Amino acid sequence: MEKLKILEGRRGQVFEKGKDAFKLNCGVKSTSGAVSQRACVFCGSRVVLYPITDALHLVHGPIGCAAYTWDIRGSMSSGPVINRHSFSTDLREIDVIYGGAEKLYKAASQLIDKHKPEAAFIYSTCIVGLIGDDVEAVCKKLSEEKKIPVINVDSAGFKGTKKDGYKAACESIAKLVGTGDISMIAPYSINILGEFNLAGEAWIIKDYYTRMGVNVNAVITGDGRVADLKRAHGAALNVVQCAGSMTYLAEIMKKKYNIPFIRVSYFGLDDMTSALYDVAAFFEKNPEINERAGMVVKDEMDAIMPGLLRYRKALSGKKAALYVGGAFKAFSLIKALRVLGMDVVLAGSQTGNKEDYEDLKKICDDGAIIIDDANPQELSRYITEKKADVLIGGVKERPIAYKIGIGFCDHNHERKIPLAGYAGMLNFAGEVYSSVMSPVWKLVLRNDTFGQKRSRP
Amino acid sequence: MLLRHTPKEIKERSALTVNPAKTCQPVGAMYAALGVHKCLPHSHGSQGCCAYHRSALTRHYKEPVMAGTSSFTEGASVFGGQANLLEAINNIFTIYNPDVIAVHTTCLSETIGDDLTQITNKAKEEGKVPDGKYVIKANTPSYVGSHVTGFANMVKGIVDAFPVNTGHKTNTINIIPGYVEPSDMSEIKRIASEMGIKTIVFPDTSNVLNGPQTGKYDMYPSGGTKIPDLIKAGDSKATIALGPIASGPAAKALDTKCKVPCEILKLPIGIKATDEFVDRLRILGGVSVSEEIKTERGQAVDVITDMQQYFAGKKAALIGDPDQMVSLAGFLTDIGMKVRHVVTGTSGKKFEKRIREAAGEDVNVKEGGDYFYFHQLIKNEKVDLILGNSYSKYISRDEDIPLIRFGFPIYDRVGHQYNPCVGYRGAMRLLENILNALLDRQDRDALEEKFELVM
Repeated sequence: MEKLKILEGRRGQVFEKGKDAFKLNCGVKSTSGAVSQRACVFCGSRVVLYPITDALHLVHGPIGCAAYTWDIRGSMSSGPVINRHSFSTDLREIDVIYGGAEKLYKAASQLIDKHKPEAAFIYSTCIVGLIGDDVEAVCKKLSEEKKIPVINVDSAGFKGTKKDGYKAACESIAKLVGTGDISMIAPYSINILGEFNLAGEAWIIKDYYTRMGVNVNAVITGDGRVADLKRAHGAALNVVQCAGSMTYLAEIMKKKYNIPFIRVSYFGLDDMTSALYDVAAFFEKNPEINERAGMVVKDEMDAIMPGLLRYRKALSGKKAALYVGGAFKAFSLIKALRVLGMDVVLAGSQTGNKEDYEDLKKICDDGAIIIDDANPQELSRYITEKKADVLIGGVKERPIAYKIGIGFCDHNHERKIPLAGYAGMLNFAGEVYSSVMSPVWKLVLRNDTFGQKRSRP
Repeated sequence: MLLRHTPKEIKERSALTVNPAKTCQPVGAMYAALGVHKCLPHSHGSQGCCAYHRSALTRHYKEPVMAGTSSFTEGASVFGGQANLLEAINNIFTIYNPDVIAVHTTCLSETIGDDLTQITNKAKEEGKVPDGKYVIKANTPSYVGSHVTGFANMVKGIVDAFPVNTGHKTNTINIIPGYVEPSDMSEIKRIASEMGIKTIVFPDTSNVLNGPQTGKYDMYPSGGTKIPDLIKAGDSKATIALGPIASGPAAKALDTKCKVPCEILKLPIGIKATDEFVDRLRILGGVSVSEEIKTERGQAVDVITDMQQYFAGKKAALIGDPDQMVSLAGFLTDIGMKVRHVVTGTSGKKFEKRIREAAGEDVNVKEGGDYFYFHQLIKNEKVDLILGNSYSKYISRDEDIPLIRFGFPIYDRVGHQYNPCVGYRGAMRLLENILNALLDRQDRDALEEKFELVM
């Protein structure tokens, strides 16, 4: 194989465990001209706030940003669905020259009157950040007139990375927190932060906690309601699932309302179990919670183990590659894959930080590639070289895996079945199994398919 | 449930787009650029744009879509993106080794006033563009036009960059296939080749965005118009541009630049529009229409003959890109259906006139419209069939009307990448889809005593 060229500026972002000295260079901006899999500030704020279902989400800018984020999130609602529409001020050239604030006011005003949302989020995109529309003033005016919170989400794409978008979303949510009545909130109450109810996962998790006797006060933001966000400061504990997006909000709430937080993950058996016991441990004054947590764990494990063992038998010894958004999810996935008897030969993330990668290094086996902000060329090269049987990633990674002729499992926005919790672990195993074992891989054109030699690199 | 808020009463909305029937220019430019062999599209703006465009195309084609980005930061937005683009050009040629980089702007780089011509010239002067390699460009601010105009602008960018008039005219005919699927581009090539005509088709995304599964990943798949052909397009004896909005500007630019006369036709969707295309090929190529093509045409017409009773008077609503809507409206009218509502998200003054010519005076037409308005039209006058992209499914479900997926984006079905809509074979496929939808519906709704085998 021809040697893979890696951009000078990216050399420090690829590491092979056991071979290279480890000082992974991460948290840096993508090099200009790199084919990065990363997105922008707007994307970050949009994915976090999107699942707030009874709020209006109006994208202030040219049409693209609204069009590309129209109902692609897969986050389920048990009630309102205002969030699933695509509303845009659709700025034109003339607005860019003379300013779009007036258009924004009109659009938002009409929409609020029509849909009567509980709150409105106005996303300012690149161009608005540039032409300097006073979105803050429009929001203030609308808040007063319409008697609902109208919040400016400062999400000009160029102002940073997706992570900065998460921060902008947290700041927007923080404006709602603390404005509701908390007198009726039960004492053993938690908020779940960074769980977006993709394919209904929040419902699974909520059920576990409820069975433990813990009240889930607000899920931020899965199947989210503005009223829940307003009351979020009434919880005793914040449980942070997607650390990358929501730690910032947890920190704000700790400072402002003295609510402690713990980091958990709902993916894989170990992490899911810890997520329940850690909450029980927090409420140690009530030992029954811990007891009931044990029952939940036992019941759920009993229900899935036979199925899981069958998958394990088939998948044992197969190899997996991971490329995910945040690195925290990668740990859970590595552990989950080990439960299935699978080895991880590549672990990468779009936005991991130094600590994440240090931890990844510890947990990975020798020979595994650890990679930050990868491009498709690098991904495909290492997947092929390390002979992975499955790639776990998101929408842009799927066809890469398929072209190479290996399985794929979506662990991002597009998953259609829940992968969190115990039932989710079984689903995950089933997804990986059906993809890895698909008979289609036997149809991939090989040297002997037509009885002739075909050169393969 | 999602659309329960849509009221029947239509009110003027000037400031607000609800559920857009278009996307922005850069995605169209990216799609066009992928139709050049070994070309890496490059998005000059924030990296989110590039990620969204790649995701949108990936979802639609289920293929890897590659593109670079200038990864704008606040610094670039204040001081200009020149440094980013120069670095990008250098990096891309060093690492990804394409033959061409196709740079398009975004609303951000456009607004801060980055001058692509000046920057790409500078890149050349500084030796960042290796010999035999190209950087082409298009201005595609998102606040002007739509993905269709973005496509048109990048195809014009291809014309600006490559064709050369050497003074030696060839017997070749250029075909600009318009904003259609890879399967359509390949069908257009097949028709011309079936007639024995030498063509240069550009852009050509077949085998790029509908490539085979090979067991290996190629950053540059085998398809795409090759650069020597693009250069030779300047010596061709004529250009046929399919679809005035998507292909017209490039064809005219080529005429001006290299004196290659152009004819701008409708997209060859449906029998009459294909007849027009085939006949133009015949005249320009000095050939007669082959028996094979005549047979294909006859088969398509045969299906209409056999099944005209099922098409007759059935009402249709269409939403999508302007060039496609015009031909499609004509085709549906030709098979006896009544086209009632036609909406395009792209703005254009002649659209209404062209649709009325194709589908009659009393059709409801809207240029620069959105899905919300389209839904309102349907609420006011119900139809039997909707043709539109995947987002039409909400209306289809809400109103309980069968849907045929047509246009961009189609996220929830396959087939569009591989099977054409253009030409007689494409017409046949459309007919099959329409008939299946109507007859399935008839079966579904039939009373027990009227549910019969032969229809």
